[in-house]
Amino acid sequence: MNTTIVSSPAQPLVADWRDFYALTKPGVMKLVVFTGGAGLLAAPVMPHPVLAFAAILCIALGHGAAAALNQWYEADIDAVMKRTANRPLPAGRMDRETALHFGVGLGCFSVILMGIATNWLAAATLAAAILFYVAIYTVWLKRRTPQNIVIGGAAGAFPPLIGWVAATGQVTLLPILLFALIFLWTPPHFWALSLWINSDYARAGVPMMTVTAGPRSTRRQILLYTLPMAAVAIAPWGLGLTGALYGIAASAMSAIFLMLSFAVFRNTATDPAAMRPEKTLFAFSILYLFALFGALVLDAWMIA
Amino acid sequence: MTPEEENTIRERQRSRALMTAAILVGIVVLLYLITIVRIGTAS
Repeated sequence: MNTTIVSSPAQPLVADWRDFYALTKPGVMKLVVFTGGAGLLAAPVMPHPVLAFAAILCIALGHGAAAALNQWYEADIDAVMKRTANRPLPAGRMDRETALHFGVGLGCFSVILMGIATNWLAAATLAAAILFYVAIYTVWLKRRTPQNIVIGGAAGAFPPLIGWVAATGQVTLLPILLFALIFLWTPPHFWALSLWINSDYARAGVPMMTVTAGPRSTRRQILLYTLPMAAVAIAPWGLGLTGALYGIAASAMSAIFLMLSFAVFRNTATDPAAMRPEKTLFAFSILYLFALFGALVLDAWMIA
Repeated sequence: MTPEEENTIRERQRSRALMTAAILVGIVVLLYLITIVRIGTAS
C-alpha cells in the first residue's frame, strides 16, 4: 500500500480509493475470479458475453464485500498481526463505519446485479456465500474453534458453484464436486501457511489449529485432508462428468500435492526458517487450484 | 491542520471523487448493455 496519511484521532480520516480497493483483498480475488469464471465457462450453457462478464464481476464484488466486512469486524485482530497490521483499518487510514457501509453497500449491489444479469438462484447463492463468510466464519467460528478454517473453507468454495448456476440456472453434481474440492483444499492450504506464521495467530488469540493442537497434529491433518481432496479432484473424471484432459491433470497434480503433504508430515521443524516443505506446499496449492480449474475449462471446450 | 496536511486530504478526496465518477459511468454502461442483451434474448 503506497498511501500515507494523517491519521491522528483529532483529524477526519479520509480514505483514498486505494484503501477501498485494499479492503476487498485483491490478492485473494484473483483465485475467486478464476474459479468462479471457470465454473461459468465449464457449464454446458454459455451465457451472452455481457452477462457472463456481469456474473464474474458480481462474484468479484461479492467477494470484495465479504472481505470488507471481515476487516470491519476483525480490525482488532489485524492490528496485532504483522501480516495484516498495514490494512486500511488497523493502519488508521479508514474508520470502521466507512468499511461497514462500503461492505454492506457492495454486497447488496453485487447480489441485485447478479439477479438482474443472470438469475435469482445465482443471486441467492452469492448472498449465501457472503453471509456464510461474514456471519458464520468471521463472527461465529474464527475466534471460537480450531476448526474455523475447515468450516470457513466453505465460504471460499462458493465461486465455481455461483458461476455454474449463473450460466445454467441450476445446481448439478459437477459444481457440487467443485465446491467440495475447494472446501477440502482450504485446510491443507491454509494450515501450511499458519504453520510458519503461528506466532502471529497466537499473539492475536485466534484458535488456529497450529496454536491449539500444535504443529505435529496440524501436519498430520494436512496429510489427512489431502486424501479426500485428491479423491474429490479426480471424481469428476471417474464419474464421466469431464474428459481425460481434466482427469490426467487432476491425477498428476493431486499426486504432487500428496507428495508435498507427505514432506510436510515428515518435517518436525518449529523454526519458520526450516519450514521449506510448508512454504513449498502453500505455493503449490495455489498453482494446483489454477491448474485444475484451467484444465476443467479446456476439457469442457474440447468436448463441446 | 497544516497546509501540507490539508493539501494531502484534498488530493485524496479528489482522487476518490474521480474514481467514484468513473465507477458510476461504468455501472450505467453495464446496466445499459445488460438491458439490451436481456431484451434481445427475451424477444
